[in-house]
Amino acid sequence: MIPELGHIALIIAFILFGLLSVVPIYGTYSKSTLLMASSRSLATGGFVFIFLSFLCLTWAFVQDDFTVKYVANHSNSLLPEYYKVSAVWGGHEGSLLLWALILAGWAFAVSLFSRQLPLDMVALVLAVMGMVGVGFVSFMLFTSNPFDRLLPLSPTDGADLNPLLQDVGLIFHPPLLYMGYVGLSVAFAFAIAALISGRLDSAWARWSRPWTTVAWAFLTAGIALGSWWAYYELGWGGWWFWDPVENASLMPWLVSTALIHSLAVTEKRGVFKSWTILLAIFAFSLSLLGTFLVRSGVLNSVHAFASDPERGFFILLFLLAVVGGSLTLYAFRAPVVKSVTIFQWLSRETFLLVNNIFLVVMMFTVLLGTLYPLFADALGLGKLSVGPPYFNFFFVPFMGILCLFMAVGPLSLWKKTNLSRLWQALKHPLTLSLVTAIGFPAIYGGLNDESYSFAAAITVFVASWIIYVTAFDMATKAGKSNSLWQGLSKFSRSYYGMVCAHFGIAVMVLGTCLNTIYSDQRDLRMVTGERLQLGRYEYHFVDVRTVQGPNYSAERGRIEIFSNGKKISDLEPEKRRYFSTNDILTEAAIDSNFWGDRYVALGEFLGKTAAGTDAWAIRIHDKPFVNWIWMGAFMMALGGFIAVSDKRYRLKKKVDKKLATRVNANAVVVE
Amino acid sequence: MNPVRRQRLFLVLFVVAFSSIAVLLMTYALRENINLFYPPSKIVSGDAPIDRTIRAGGCVIIGTVVRSTESLDMSFGITDGVANMRVNFTGILPNLFAEGEAVVVNGKLDNTGQFNATEVLAKHDENYMPPEVAEAMKQTGSELKYQATCEV
Repeated sequence: MIPELGHIALIIAFILFGLLSVVPIYGTYSKSTLLMASSRSLATGGFVFIFLSFLCLTWAFVQDDFTVKYVANHSNSLLPEYYKVSAVWGGHEGSLLLWALILAGWAFAVSLFSRQLPLDMVALVLAVMGMVGVGFVSFMLFTSNPFDRLLPLSPTDGADLNPLLQDVGLIFHPPLLYMGYVGLSVAFAFAIAALISGRLDSAWARWSRPWTTVAWAFLTAGIALGSWWAYYELGWGGWWFWDPVENASLMPWLVSTALIHSLAVTEKRGVFKSWTILLAIFAFSLSLLGTFLVRSGVLNSVHAFASDPERGFFILLFLLAVVGGSLTLYAFRAPVVKSVTIFQWLSRETFLLVNNIFLVVMMFTVLLGTLYPLFADALGLGKLSVGPPYFNFFFVPFMGILCLFMAVGPLSLWKKTNLSRLWQALKHPLTLSLVTAIGFPAIYGGLNDESYSFAAAITVFVASWIIYVTAFDMATKAGKSNSLWQGLSKFSRSYYGMVCAHFGIAVMVLGTCLNTIYSDQRDLRMVTGERLQLGRYEYHFVDVRTVQGPNYSAERGRIEIFSNGKKISDLEPEKRRYFSTNDILTEAAIDSNFWGDRYVALGEFLGKTAAGTDAWAIRIHDKPFVNWIWMGAFMMALGGFIAVSDKRYRLKKKVDKKLATRVNANAVVVE
Repeated sequence: MNPVRRQRLFLVLFVVAFSSIAVLLMTYALRENINLFYPPSKIVSGDAPIDRTIRAGGCVIIGTVVRSTESLDMSFGITDGVANMRVNFTGILPNLFAEGEAVVVNGKLDNTGQFNATEVLAKHDENYMPPEVAEAMKQTGSELKYQATCEV
């Protein structure tokens, strides 16, 4: 009964989204306040019913209702309670429902926090989100209904959730990532609304900025969490594989990063307007493309739940409708929102333009590398894959140069910056970064018996350049006040957010590059009782025992790590066999601290030796700075949230209204 | 020319120049880093390039996995139903690697005809056959023979 209620709630939500995508738009044409205002209630209704539907599915999981096909395929009575809940989005249908829930949640949030927006803008934005909602809910209803029953021959127990997904990472990774993906639909809806109404000014940019920034922050956190999950759960010890699915999430991230910067220019200076719109369209289209790539089964990975051509076809059609429709609208309406301001070459506008060009070019290189195998296959050029060196070839140097510019951008001025003034601000940080960069590899290498690494010197230069330039700039700006403390408290929240996010990039650069340079990764054959000195540490492989978990049995190894003869940790990596699916899973053991990880995973059993001991394949990695990667990403996300808390996004009610009416008049003139 | 237009012109020129360099580099990098797939029959017949990273794939022939007793060196035979070849590998195999199951390997063919894999990818669930392998089977029409050797 409950699953049927969920199905009915989904159908009602579909109808409400359908109304939401039509009624408010009609309202803006007929100038009917009532019809425009209905957008808020319709969005709320859509959210309530999707939420009900989601609760019904969760209920079915918690109650082990294996007559529901989706539950039978993705749960098991032995599964711990919290994984039963997270299993709701552990498969194709449920993850779509989560997608729709989050979309409805964003639309609901827009309807709540849009009191300062003119009504017709709210109506248009919510209507566009309604259209996206119609697309996704109909996708669910017509091709992948999570409430389908398996009657009368329902199984007595479920097939279980993929063991790889039975992890805390899965509880948080998809919701966060989807918050980001779907949050970009708000930026997209704002862009489309601007095109339809012809209203794109600094007020518009100020409305859409916080939404975009929040979506970006969630996306950042979601990708970082996915990478962290892959690091400890896949048991390979890597944190980024240039896997098509990772790329699918990286592309919208690159474009939305460009978008939040270009929105800044649009808000402050009124330029890059049509470019901003285009970025908003791209960002959301790329997150749809990501969904298509992941869900259609054209790619094979742990994410590709279903290889159903019908579903892939539906998403492809939807993608074409979104991209085609919005670009057509753009082609007709972009001239309406053209910008007229001029700026000098040495100005903050130029730095932000460089940022945008670099990010978009990086996105295209990733896009090409990701789609090329698909195109080659479709054109009959043979089966092939594009290797990680291709991606690194571009990404690393581009990111490096971008970081150099990134430091300078915030201290340059709008419109025009004086070169000598810039040099004054940069010369001390430059000297300091050079000293740090040259010194670091010598000191670190000396302490850890590593040879001098020029790559590490470059890495440290880039990161310390960002940190010093930003810190000097803060000190100079704060120094104008009576006391440093007073000066620091004068900065706006959005300034602090920017500083936090840029420092996050610096930390992440250090984490990714230094980890790659200084990691000591070995796959070894070890016998129980063996002691082995590797790099800085000595490893003692004690034994392997069999233990029982709630829904698996495992072989648990014990490895002691010694540093200078002193035991520093006891690691217990596992190799689990899950009862329901017979899948084998590696559970790595990690000894983690601020400066890095000691990572140990069990490979396969290699047999008994003549001496009667057991031989195992063991993966032992010493990974310095690896946590800095996720720490940096966390700082970036945090920076986003700090920036959004800036009071100028909340208190400008009166000004906005004035601006809006003024622009409204302009828009009428243009039409 | 008015300043707004001139600025826009420079902007466009800059973007065009920058993106053409980027496209050139991309084509170059892509060409260097494409790993083409070859089924064992093509590799055995000498159609695959030597000393370039390629992919191969097939089913691991039962009883062909040989391990060293000293290190993680190992080798195994794979087949596409038409021809068999050996793959050398050093390291830890993926969890789902098993005799009689499909694998895809990345690696290089040396001039003595040995295939040295740097990476072994196994299927990630019970009912999965890598699409490359499935396609290769279809083309050679060797699905039945493959099943005879592999799916016991």
